Amino acid sequence: MTHRQKLVCSAAVLAMFSCVILFAGFFAPYDFAAQDRDAPFAPPTAIHFVDAAGAFHIRPFVYGPRDSGQTAAIGAADLRQSYPLHWFVLGAPCKIAGLNTSRLRLFGVEKPGRIFLMGSDAYGRDQFSRFLYGGQISLLAGLIAAILSVSIGILAGGIAGYYGGWLDGILMRGAELFLALPWLYLLFAVRAALPLHISQWQVFLLLISLMGLIGWARPARLIRGVVLSAKERNFVLAARGFGASDAYLLRRHVLPQTYAVLLTQITLLVPQYVLAEVTLTFLGLGVGEPMPSWGALLSSLQQYSVLSSYWWMFLPALLLIPLFVVFYAAADALQELHKSVPL
Amino acid sequence: MAKIRISRACLVAVAIFSAGSAAHALPKQAGEERMIVGGATGHAGGRLVVALRSEPKTLNPALALDEPSRDVIRCLTADLIHINRGSLKTEPSLAKSWSVSRDGRQYTLQLRRGVRFSDGQPFNAADVIFSFQVYLDEKVDSSQRDLLVVGGKPINVVKVDDYTVRFELAQPYAAAERLFDSVAILPRHLLDSDYRAGAFSQAWTLSIPPNQFAGLGPFRLKEYVAGQRLVLERNPYYWKSDRAGNQLPYLNEVTFLFVPSEDAQVIRFQSGDTDVLSRFSADNFAVLQKQQSQKGYHLDDLGAGLEYNFLFFNLNNPGANVPPEIAKKQVWFQDLRFRQAVSAAIDREGIVRLVYSGRATPIWDQVTPGNKLWLDENIAHPQRSLAHARELLKSAGFSWENDGALVDPHGEHVEFSILTSSSNAQRTKIATIVQDDLSQLGMTVQVVPLEFRAMVDRLLNTHNYEAAVMGLVSGDADPTSEMNVWLSSGETHLWHPRQENPATPWESEMDHLMQQQLVTLDYAKRKKLYDRVQDIVAEELPVICLVSPNILVGAANRVANFRPAILVPYALWNIEELYVQ
Repeated sequence: MTHRQKLVCSAAVLAMFSCVILFAGFFAPYDFAAQDRDAPFAPPTAIHFVDAAGAFHIRPFVYGPRDSGQTAAIGAADLRQSYPLHWFVLGAPCKIAGLNTSRLRLFGVEKPGRIFLMGSDAYGRDQFSRFLYGGQISLLAGLIAAILSVSIGILAGGIAGYYGGWLDGILMRGAELFLALPWLYLLFAVRAALPLHISQWQVFLLLISLMGLIGWARPARLIRGVVLSAKERNFVLAARGFGASDAYLLRRHVLPQTYAVLLTQITLLVPQYVLAEVTLTFLGLGVGEPMPSWGALLSSLQQYSVLSSYWWMFLPALLLIPLFVVFYAAADALQELHKSVPL
Repeated sequence: MAKIRISRACLVAVAIFSAGSAAHALPKQAGEERMIVGGATGHAGGRLVVALRSEPKTLNPALALDEPSRDVIRCLTADLIHINRGSLKTEPSLAKSWSVSRDGRQYTLQLRRGVRFSDGQPFNAADVIFSFQVYLDEKVDSSQRDLLVVGGKPINVVKVDDYTVRFELAQPYAAAERLFDSVAILPRHLLDSDYRAGAFSQAWTLSIPPNQFAGLGPFRLKEYVAGQRLVLERNPYYWKSDRAGNQLPYLNEVTFLFVPSEDAQVIRFQSGDTDVLSRFSADNFAVLQKQQSQKGYHLDDLGAGLEYNFLFFNLNNPGANVPPEIAKKQVWFQDLRFRQAVSAAIDREGIVRLVYSGRATPIWDQVTPGNKLWLDENIAHPQRSLAHARELLKSAGFSWENDGALVDPHGEHVEFSILTSSSNAQRTKIATIVQDDLSQLGMTVQVVPLEFRAMVDRLLNTHNYEAAVMGLVSGDADPTSEMNVWLSSGETHLWHPRQENPATPWESEMDHLMQQQLVTLDYAKRKKLYDRVQDIVAEELPVICLVSPNILVGAANRVANFRPAILVPYALWNIEELYVQ
């Protein structure tokens, strides 16, 4: 596969994934906060085509829950009651991050039947729905932080590389200072200083943007390098000889050469910040309940009882691995492409 | 005082059994009055390994505040009169008998004769006088002092003769005998010089050489390895015997390992590294239960303990440095109908099921079903009803917008935050369920987990909070241990602490009832008074009681005479009677 094909493939996969997450309200069968208090830690619901009597059904179905309220019976199916899977059903309307989503759902079963594709969590909430909704927050956070980092990086790196001299010295020493910063303690301090009254996810977006702001040093150093070599190129020198201004040179000749590096940086930084969100949640700095995020989904694995008893709690983590692989593949292809294109 | 708060096995057993060093029992001396205890007769030897959540901070009984320190000190020291954890009643300890004067203000205690400290020195009335002098000294600032001040005056301790001590109280005190429980008697011969030099608070730190430590408990200090373990050995001078006349304790050694998290403790217990486990969650109980039969341990669910978890609102005076944006919401919180609506909307059964896997009991007032002596059976247990909650809110002038959001009579959205302690997973879970329940009434609730000390600071000092989920555990079943919670002047009167005058008529009534029960000696009359306190809590809802978790313990099958109780310390209260099979 050529680099271009690889790039197109991974970009297509990412676009598809993002689309599903963007329209979580349609793909998720339940609201992310809907608790089914009779089904904490229910295993993934089995979807059947063949019933107990051996008859085949074209429309898949699930069996009903057995005797609600009995902790021991969670996950046990009542074989007498079956609930066929319906496509395009109307569920409760639900809102996330201020965006209204419609009531239309891709699939669902009638109550009291339930369909938990990835099992349920401690409150009986559907893990699959929470995974999709959680992606909205986690990917958004990753994207915001990455764009922030890269924007500051391009500004600082561009100036430092182009003008050089004492400006370069100050900016790059500043970047090193930021690389050495114990950001974790900084985040704790910021969280402690914030009032209780701003909502949890505002706090979270604030923290993640803060991380983005702190993370500018690495892209800045990279961009500085690219700018440094670009400004010495013959065509740049020639343009300068013809009397082009600094602003023109930067806009027309120097910065365009950093685009590939920028894109690569963003594709590398997004998964990095998504993982940072996981760490934040582990430390109790993430979005608050009942908002889902990928970090929140994984943090329940900290408990020994969950870790040792409910295998389906690992599913979100397993799904994230291929996603990150695709991200890195995209970054890799971008980088290779950038190398092979003659400047 | 109520406290705020949180198959290799066989091989190991054999190895431990043979490793125990043989400290032989001393023959009983003439005139020694040993106490006979009634458990099954065991045999001497062996060792017990127990995990502590952290290193004890001190071995000084007057200064110990943390749970691990207290757990260790309980094994090293003894009190005059003891509360039997099994029966919850008082029983003789170092005092073999006592009498009460007719007015209930003088207690005369007969001390056991021939008792010796773990270094062999004799014990007599001088040690008792010395101990109480230390505990009552304001400069020492001991945690026991508050309990020993009755009616505003410290208890007066008088030596009658070498084996008789008289305690004089300023006023009759209903639970006076229970005061002596866990007040450790200190050795005058070791601590007097430190005390006189004003250096008592530096005495008996964890690094003390074992020969400079002595107590009257079943064990004495053997070895301390920083960051790893604390080892106790059998006290050869211990003053209790079993029914066959064998001197106790049976065990040669007790090792306390420092294991920092509950999950790690559960894993160590599961693998047979430790013998006894207490203070763990229902989730971990379920995990341990699965391997119960293969792994050679057994688990006990003792039913409801004395811990009660509750939701409460900030009812402090708006003037008393409550931030204005919170003062605005206090108008709702002060309205009884609002609190009733919240109470009616909360799914207590759901909390029991989701947070405690069914190992808890829903409650509607502060006395848990575990406290059979003081439980008021007549408290109503209304079913959850959202319809009733909505009616209450409507009658209080609240209404709903088209999208279901609740607004107050001034059109303000009902939004508030609930604080919980981030170190307590159960309480955070409770708050999350409450959040979901209240969202069905149209309230927007945020759960804010905070570090424990930061939370307590907000609750008791800055009053910068709106609502909180907390739990309290009584150290004793008796209501006197709850004085600091229910008196309006109390330090732990959570919703409005340290009032100069009771802010409401019902708090004034509660003050009166609590003071009254303190000086009433008749149990039936006291019960009536405390029943009324429970009625007030259930009616006025200063705290909305939710759930009382069960006491869960586990022990290796080889540990015999294991009789866990619902009172702290749940598992090792009869450690002198434990033996290994």
